Amino acid sequence: MPMLEINGLTKSFGGLRAINALDINVNEGEIVSVIGPNGAGKTTLFNLATGMDSPDEGGILFEGQDLVGLRPNQILGLGLARTFQNVRLFPAMTVLENVMVGQHARTRSGLLSAIFNTPRHRREEAEIEARAKEVLGFFGSRLVGYRYDQLSMMLSYANRRRLEIARAMATDPRLLLLDEPTAGMNPRETLELTELIGRLRSERGYTIVLIEHDMQVVRNVSDRVVVLDHGVKLTEGSYEEVSTNQDVIEAYLGRPAELGS
Amino acid sequence: MADVVAPVAAVEEKELLPPPELDLRRAVRLGLSNAAAMVLVAATGIVGTFQGRLIIDPFLPLGLLFLYMLSWAFGWLASKPPTTLEGFAPAVTGPRNLAAGALAGGIGGAGIALLLVLMTNFNLRGIFIELSPQLADTLSLGRAVAEQGEVWFVVNIPAVLLIVAVATAAGLVGAGVHFLAVSWRRAIMPGLMWVLIFALFTDIVGQFFGGIGLEFVTDLLFTSPGGPLTVVGAAIVFVAFTALYWYRGGRETTLRQRFDVLPAEKRTRWTIGLAVAIMVILWFMPRVMGPFVSQVLDNAGIFLLMALGLNIVLGYAGLLDLGYVAFFAVGAYSAAILTSPLSPAFSPELTLLAALPFVMVAAAIAGIIVATPVIRMRGDYLAIVTLGFGEIARILLNSAWLSPYFGGAQGITNIPDLQLGPLTFRTPQDYFIPIFLFAVIAAYITLALQKSRWGRAWMAMREDESVAEAMGINIVTAKLSAFVVGAILASFGGALFGSQIGSVFPHSFDIVVSITVLVIIIVGGMGSVPGVTVGALALIALPNLLREFSEYQFLFYGVLLIAMMLVRPEGFIPSKRRAQELHTEELAQDDWLEIYGQAGSSEQVAEGTV
Repeated sequence: MPMLEINGLTKSFGGLRAINALDINVNEGEIVSVIGPNGAGKTTLFNLATGMDSPDEGGILFEGQDLVGLRPNQILGLGLARTFQNVRLFPAMTVLENVMVGQHARTRSGLLSAIFNTPRHRREEAEIEARAKEVLGFFGSRLVGYRYDQLSMMLSYANRRRLEIARAMATDPRLLLLDEPTAGMNPRETLELTELIGRLRSERGYTIVLIEHDMQVVRNVSDRVVVLDHGVKLTEGSYEEVSTNQDVIEAYLGRPAELGS
Repeated sequence: MADVVAPVAAVEEKELLPPPELDLRRAVRLGLSNAAAMVLVAATGIVGTFQGRLIIDPFLPLGLLFLYMLSWAFGWLASKPPTTLEGFAPAVTGPRNLAAGALAGGIGGAGIALLLVLMTNFNLRGIFIELSPQLADTLSLGRAVAEQGEVWFVVNIPAVLLIVAVATAAGLVGAGVHFLAVSWRRAIMPGLMWVLIFALFTDIVGQFFGGIGLEFVTDLLFTSPGGPLTVVGAAIVFVAFTALYWYRGGRETTLRQRFDVLPAEKRTRWTIGLAVAIMVILWFMPRVMGPFVSQVLDNAGIFLLMALGLNIVLGYAGLLDLGYVAFFAVGAYSAAILTSPLSPAFSPELTLLAALPFVMVAAAIAGIIVATPVIRMRGDYLAIVTLGFGEIARILLNSAWLSPYFGGAQGITNIPDLQLGPLTFRTPQDYFIPIFLFAVIAAYITLALQKSRWGRAWMAMREDESVAEAMGINIVTAKLSAFVVGAILASFGGALFGSQIGSVFPHSFDIVVSITVLVIIIVGGMGSVPGVTVGALALIALPNLLREFSEYQFLFYGVLLIAMMLVRPEGFIPSKRRAQELHTEELAQDDWLEIYGQAGSSEQVAEGTV
């Protein structure tokens, strides 16, 4: 059974079919890239999968459980976390707090235990902090030390993207949805992040779906590539298969003039 | 480190550009603002009301002082040398600064002179009721207004010239401040400020010295207990405080800066020490200060309880609740019903302490009732709906329909005094103790929650609700809990309020209370417990202590709010993060310097930040 099973998913915004009868399966341990031109419906797909938007038709099964109709926090609780295309951190919270928020769904302390500062609460707080630091340590020295207490808005763009991944990691996901993780990064950082995505699977055991425009990244990390255009799946397969597919080339580059209309 | 120093030295060698000239057009613009402010102060009757109060016997009444302090302040502002920019030499003060100060002050004086001329020739009292002949007399600085009648337009030239001259002089004095060396400025300005404080708060100062057994100081400084300062008294206060600040000051760093560089543990120890010291002082304050000051502090404490509650709802969770007074009302009324023998429908006559758990439950239910319909609302919509709830609460309490339960407009009276075992709390001094304790508990709860799982969840929700939800936070629970905690804190305030006053009436719970609490946390510093405390003291205690001010309380709130938004949007004592948030550019620069210092070489810097 695939880990994520999307069947006949359809979503319209007014007259626009953003996603049209889409079927995608993701197996455990896979890294799947979703590519496609702008407006192909990639981010809508992520929004539907994480409950931030609800589909018109079709089903999304995560480990056999239907996600349609669940609130985003419930879906996260099942082990499905995401990052955002236009980095959405909590700007006026510190780096450490951003990551600590990620563990909200995995911890239980209530208001009263915080007010009375019970030993259990103290223990849990210490665990949350230690775990947040451990996750931030995954990114080497970039987000540690004095960075802990910096507001996330003070970070450089690339570090914000890293922090967003760290926050998602702190939720203990089984499936990680990364929305354009390398957007706005320079070539060296892109390379570094490509390697990091590989480590997310090998060291952390996450299954990963990523939206990506950088074909180098797609080639280097993906087991499988799904191509979307106008909400429809054009094709899927290995990078080599997809990159030589005539439909895909047309979708990206347009139809050659002599074959037009 | 050598390669870090090199580029800095290179910068110093470079020729510095001359500083930009002080902009005199700006001075004229500020002068016009000054004129507008001065005319407003006169036309709203502030000058007239304040005139009855002598600041220094026999020659300095508060009304004119207040009026010309505006000229002074605008003169100071207009002549302020521009900030030194990189590559420019620092600005030098010169005649141009004096000219700017004189201009800004003088134009203000011209505005008042114009008002005076208009007042003497036309009857403006139909619109501006405060523009009375007495005010004309005050504004003309005692120069008799010329006879009206034969001539169709009278200009009282001596008065006009005198007004403009005094205002110009005030502007010049304001400009003169910039000519003082920093160490002098830091001593003289606080010295003057203390003279003003002593003069404004004569009763309190008198009571304070009386309370600690130093009555002779009062006799020395003031004409009579509660009367104005004598000239000698003013001089003594000025010299004493200037000397104190001179001795203490002249240092480059402020206390705050020195505090910030201390290691973390020392900082915590100092913070705790300071908090304890403040608490000890506050504890003994009512005993020293007498019933009037205690009553004022009680009011401030009750507003502080509300402000701390709203701080959780708005400061942490970002939910703009404009009907917050509803929770205060629920606390006051539930406590009144449970304790008063005159409660109309149901009167168990509990003690306040026994009633408190029920009050909390009632407040929690009220919090849930308000929160449930607004769960899916954000921003403006939430504000409007909560505003409605606040009014609904008051109207229901006032209604004839519910008067068999709540007493309608007659309210509930005969609420017994607070009793704790053998202790009975009767006077304002007595009540200060429980109010103070509750405020401390509320402050503790606020601080404890800030660093907790739910505190972070609230802040995340404030920052970005949809992302918070996508990161696993149950928005429904988070909103409900914020409203419930906020409601409970406000209900403590309400219960103490009713018990202290002895009765509750619906009209005590109108929208103005909600707005006042909101202004307290905005001005004090949203999300910061010390800030909210200072806000409550500054906005509730000060206007009550200065009886002349209390009439214009809301005017001053408005002015203060606008001024704060322009100059210091993060509040008096902001939480550190909010200060950073609102001054990002400056911080980004500091941030750069910090990294620069740590990394040691520019290459590493590039690597670390790009």
